Amino acid sequence: MSDDPKDSPSAAPEPAASSPAPRKPALTAAQRMSRERQQQARRRVLHTILLSGGVMGAALSGWLPLAYAQRQRLRPPGALDEKDFLASCIKCGQCVQVCPVNAIKLADLVDGFGVGAPYIAARDQACDFSCDAVQCILACPTGALTYHKPDFLKPRSGAGLAAKPVLKAKQKDPEPTLNLTERIGIARLTRPESCLAMQGKGFKGQARGAGFKGRMRYMEVDRWKPIPVADHPYDVPECDLCVRECPVAQAISIETVTLADGRQRRQPVVHEPCVGCGVCEMVCPVEQAAIEVVPREVWRA
Amino acid sequence: MSNPLRKRFGEQILLMFGREPKRPEEGDIAPAAQKIHFFKQGNRDFIAEKKHARAHAVKKNTWRNRRWATLITANLLFVLSYWLDVQLLEGSLTASRFVGFHLIDLNSALQVMLAHKHIIVNLLIGTGTILVGWALLGGRTFCSWVCPYHLLAEWAEKLHLWLAEKKLVSDAPIDRRLRVVFWLIFALLALGTGYTVYEAISPTGILSRALIYGPGLALLWVIALLFFEVFFSRRAWCRYACPIGLTYGVVGIVSPLRVKYTLEGCFHEGDCRKVCLVPHVLDTVIKGRAVDTEVPIGPDCTRCGLCVDTCPSGSLKFDVKGLSKLL
Repeated sequence: MSDDPKDSPSAAPEPAASSPAPRKPALTAAQRMSRERQQQARRRVLHTILLSGGVMGAALSGWLPLAYAQRQRLRPPGALDEKDFLASCIKCGQCVQVCPVNAIKLADLVDGFGVGAPYIAARDQACDFSCDAVQCILACPTGALTYHKPDFLKPRSGAGLAAKPVLKAKQKDPEPTLNLTERIGIARLTRPESCLAMQGKGFKGQARGAGFKGRMRYMEVDRWKPIPVADHPYDVPECDLCVRECPVAQAISIETVTLADGRQRRQPVVHEPCVGCGVCEMVCPVEQAAIEVVPREVWRA
Repeated sequence: MSNPLRKRFGEQILLMFGREPKRPEEGDIAPAAQKIHFFKQGNRDFIAEKKHARAHAVKKNTWRNRRWATLITANLLFVLSYWLDVQLLEGSLTASRFVGFHLIDLNSALQVMLAHKHIIVNLLIGTGTILVGWALLGGRTFCSWVCPYHLLAEWAEKLHLWLAEKKLVSDAPIDRRLRVVFWLIFALLALGTGYTVYEAISPTGILSRALIYGPGLALLWVIALLFFEVFFSRRAWCRYACPIGLTYGVVGIVSPLRVKYTLEGCFHEGDCRKVCLVPHVLDTVIKGRAVDTEVPIGPDCTRCGLCVDTCPSGSLKFDVKGLSKLL
């Protein structure tokens, strides 16, 4: 139990000074020590390279999103453009904690730099703005989610909203609007062939079946307490769930469109105020959803 | 501060950046310390006292237990705040709010500032609070008293030492300058690519989020690190790689809270250096190296208290600069 020998080189045995026969000159203590030290140093360099390689290799996994670039994810409301968002998000999850419907999830390893970055899987649980104030933006400490973009970040053309969106739930309040200036995506009828309204069908029952865990605020039930979608069955002669449950006023409607051959058909039409929250995608009763939010999509007139 | 200590203060900063400790020159040792060094040489009474004390040394875990309790409580506070929705400590270790007041991890904040090149007020407030807080509490105190990876690494270290005793593994030391290189690489990567690259592999962030929001595949990286530490290099991540440790180390340079070494009663057996995460900071306990009768331990020290627990002679103690004079 004493200090390492390398700390006290004087402790090494001295070569015998009075050796009689002139043999091969023995290595001095210092020489022996230096050879051992050299070996140690060489090994240390190798191990250093090993650890550096490992860590840098792992850091490279951060570029995975470039490989997964086609997989666009819906970010929480108020998110900056994707690159700025990934740069400024500190991955703390405070947005996750304040969301009353737990719409926000944190990304995992396969999302590269996105490890810990928030996203919304709208089909499972959309943002229905039941917090009224866009709490996630309020919670964000770095401005990755923001009410007002800094001046040097210009909104992409078509991403900005023409006017602050009116929240249906707040329509009777003195201040009926949502504090949002940009959309996070836009709803699009991606599978028109399966849309019930277009087939002239109604809908009866639970929108997503009994096992669906998603929740939503229904004003007629309780303004402050979201309930499971499964607990709120529908019975409508013409399926209009996407229009009925859209939290934003005038963002979507069912309209009669005239086809080229003169026949008339009913169809959901998305309008400019759509912010891309994804409620329509969540409540769409057909599998797969006929209407979906395209993340980061902009409004084209 | 005496001249020898002033000189040592600067050297300890270089030590943190990876320089190897050196035996001080004769002229750099205060006369009072030289006297004690001389007195201890071959002093039979002292050797007898040492043997006696070591034979009767009782193993203490006082500071380790306090530290583990603090670390677990801090992380549990995060977890329970979310699970029970009490909003006491919201967020995770990278950024949080304590009863509404912003707290932001310095290294994460730095990564975001470099990548995004824009600083908002909340970020500034949170970073400032943490900066002042940890500067007072000792900088790398964060590592051993809060960081969840530290606790896992401590357990992995126990396994490593057990295997090493059985001659199944051996510790491969790595160049400590690597940590500075990593720090610079990750800072430059954030600045150049506009991505917070380090956050993708930070075991501190990954573990903190896994505890609060549930486990994910990212934990595989943490397991790989622990595996490396058990079988190849003791405490490799905390010792040679983690940029968070270096950032907090720099913050701790001016900290009044540190471990203080008293030369007089020290037996120079080096027990403290065997348990230490950063043994280079305890260079001063080697026979003949203390430059003064009382020497504060440098900024790379994580204030974990293992040496304080281990020391059979009570020569290493926690100390708050200036407070002992007041009391």
